[in-house]
Amino acid sequence: MTATFVGMPPFPEAARAALADTQLRSNLAHATATIRAKRAAVVAEVDDWEELRLAGAAIKDNTLLHLDEHLVALEAALTARGATVHWATDAAEACAVVARVARDHGVDEVVKVKSMVTQEIGLNEALAAEGVLAWETDLAELIVQLGDDLPSHILVPAIHRNRAEIREIFERRMKDVGRPAPDDLVDDPARLAEAARLHLREKFLRARMAVSGANFAVAETGTLVVVESEGNGRMCLTLPDVLVSVVGIEKVVPTWQDLDVFLQLLPRSSTGERMNPYTSTWTGVTPGDGPQEVHVVLLDNGRTRALADEVGRQALRCIRCSACLNVCPVYERTGGHAYGSVYPGPIGAILNPLLRGVGTDEQVDSLPYASSLCGACFEACPVRIDIPSVLVDLRAQVVDAHRAGAPKPEALAMRAAAWSLGSGARLGRLERLSGVVGRVAGRLGRRTLPGGRRALGRLPGLGGWSGARDLPAPPVESFRAWWRRTDGGRTEERA
Amino acid sequence: MSARDDVLGSVRRALAAADRSPVPVPDGHRSRPGPADVVGLFAERVADYRAVVERCSADEAAGRVAAVVEGLRVVVPPGLPWPVPGAVVDDGLTAAELDGLDAVVTGATLGIAETGTIVLTHGPGQGRRALTLVPDLHVCVVRAGDVVGDVSSAVRLLDPVLPQTWISGPSATSDIELSRVEGVHGPRTLHVIVVG
Repeated sequence: MTATFVGMPPFPEAARAALADTQLRSNLAHATATIRAKRAAVVAEVDDWEELRLAGAAIKDNTLLHLDEHLVALEAALTARGATVHWATDAAEACAVVARVARDHGVDEVVKVKSMVTQEIGLNEALAAEGVLAWETDLAELIVQLGDDLPSHILVPAIHRNRAEIREIFERRMKDVGRPAPDDLVDDPARLAEAARLHLREKFLRARMAVSGANFAVAETGTLVVVESEGNGRMCLTLPDVLVSVVGIEKVVPTWQDLDVFLQLLPRSSTGERMNPYTSTWTGVTPGDGPQEVHVVLLDNGRTRALADEVGRQALRCIRCSACLNVCPVYERTGGHAYGSVYPGPIGAILNPLLRGVGTDEQVDSLPYASSLCGACFEACPVRIDIPSVLVDLRAQVVDAHRAGAPKPEALAMRAAAWSLGSGARLGRLERLSGVVGRVAGRLGRRTLPGGRRALGRLPGLGGWSGARDLPAPPVESFRAWWRRTDGGRTEERA
Repeated sequence: MSARDDVLGSVRRALAAADRSPVPVPDGHRSRPGPADVVGLFAERVADYRAVVERCSADEAAGRVAAVVEGLRVVVPPGLPWPVPGAVVDDGLTAAELDGLDAVVTGATLGIAETGTIVLTHGPGQGRRALTLVPDLHVCVVRAGDVVGDVSSAVRLLDPVLPQTWISGPSATSDIELSRVEGVHGPRTLHVIVVG
């Protein structure tokens, strides 16, 4: 894959380009409406859904507050069951571990289970630099990889593509990297899925090494869990001799029994199914079954930075279901690419700044503002991440990070408001002044608001903001002045 | 300093000022009343995934299995309690050899009614994981007595040390416009025979 998120413009700029793409908007509107309806139906089936959400949030919070102990326990359990545990503070270290395992086994290709974390660390590009080809085997990831494209959704990375575009990508690209697409390929989802089955099967059958992530890692037992639909995950987790799983440190759950909460929350929130077609669990090495060499890379890459943020910490509960994307009015219109990260949508708008920190990258700093704060994401989140509150807190952090230098017009306006609202006398003087402005504007204002009040058009210095909004002309008389003149309305009524 | 010390040190620093008192975890979902007809609900929910489902008595099981795989190249795991005429018994076949077979017949450890899920733990009668993955038809015989009501009950009964595969319908994808299509890399047909 040659495409990259590096150098993406800030959200407002990227969103503007995305909004102009009518094909994209129609693909997204269709896909998100479909998945929203499916999720709503299966969530409604569960009477104690809210209690499950509370349980999911509480288990994750308890785990995060004792993460050091759970990680040490996980390491011990994995090691006892024959797995090799590696630790990585950042993307480069994690990629180096995977590359070293590949080199040790002399492989020049690996098959990959769909995994957000390996996207996050840019593993495919790092392996390519070492001469190792990484084949994405999830259908949507395959579409993205063959199209030299970028993922735009957590669950369905090719959500921005419709069937006709996918057929074209398969026809054009499959032949370059393996078995060509069938000659008579048509843009029917079943036929496209079959083309992927045929194309990837030869890769599965010959692969000697696989790379996966994990949805959950059970500290007490050392069990890893991968939740999937297509069977590509099972192929990767079962057929090769060597398996490397890259696991973010926030994926830990303390006990095996805790999984009962998440295996109910995740599929219903994610694909809108009672249960996803395949869930694989494995605990280290199983003699005679599956990979006989198992590596686990425990990755930080900014997670401890997020953990230190008292408000933002809850973002580490995220189980990557993507329900927040599907219900977000902003995501539905801009799509995922505008967020400039493998984590798009509402969760991306908080996770990226939390993982990477604010105040150094304009693109990251723009993300907490990529929201109307409507709260649909919080309502949909299976682990109750209060995304709007975290967004607001991050906005404050972004503002704080930019306090040095000349204050922005917004900050000046707020300071002026604080000064004038802080004293009745000051406010009274300003109200008299605004009354004068109101009388002038009432005569000059060309627009009229519903109810007959005059409006001000473009305001000097606020062109961008006032270009799309009408500011009501200030009233000629303030409430307090009116009260004094009419004795609280009594004299006016008599007159 | 090692990466391990770095990561654990960062975790501890991040939590230094945190209130680490435990948050209560509600667990009412672990004692839900089960469905009235567990096996009936299981059969219905498996069928919802567009799997083939049939129910029969213990005496009929072998005959039903034979009828489903008639004329196909079949593989079975060692220890399968039901005889399958003409079947190859897996003795470590390669992935390519498995790819040359049409069907596999196995038992299961559990069924979960609420979600229509079958759980394999890959012991005798179920075989190693690759066996139920590569052939295109998976015939799975589930004993009615092994069907539990919900996910919590299943997790409680399962041993995490054994590798597990939870199967809910045939392999599927929703990656194209989010419309569900059955049949990608795993078996494209799942045929479940509920016995008893």
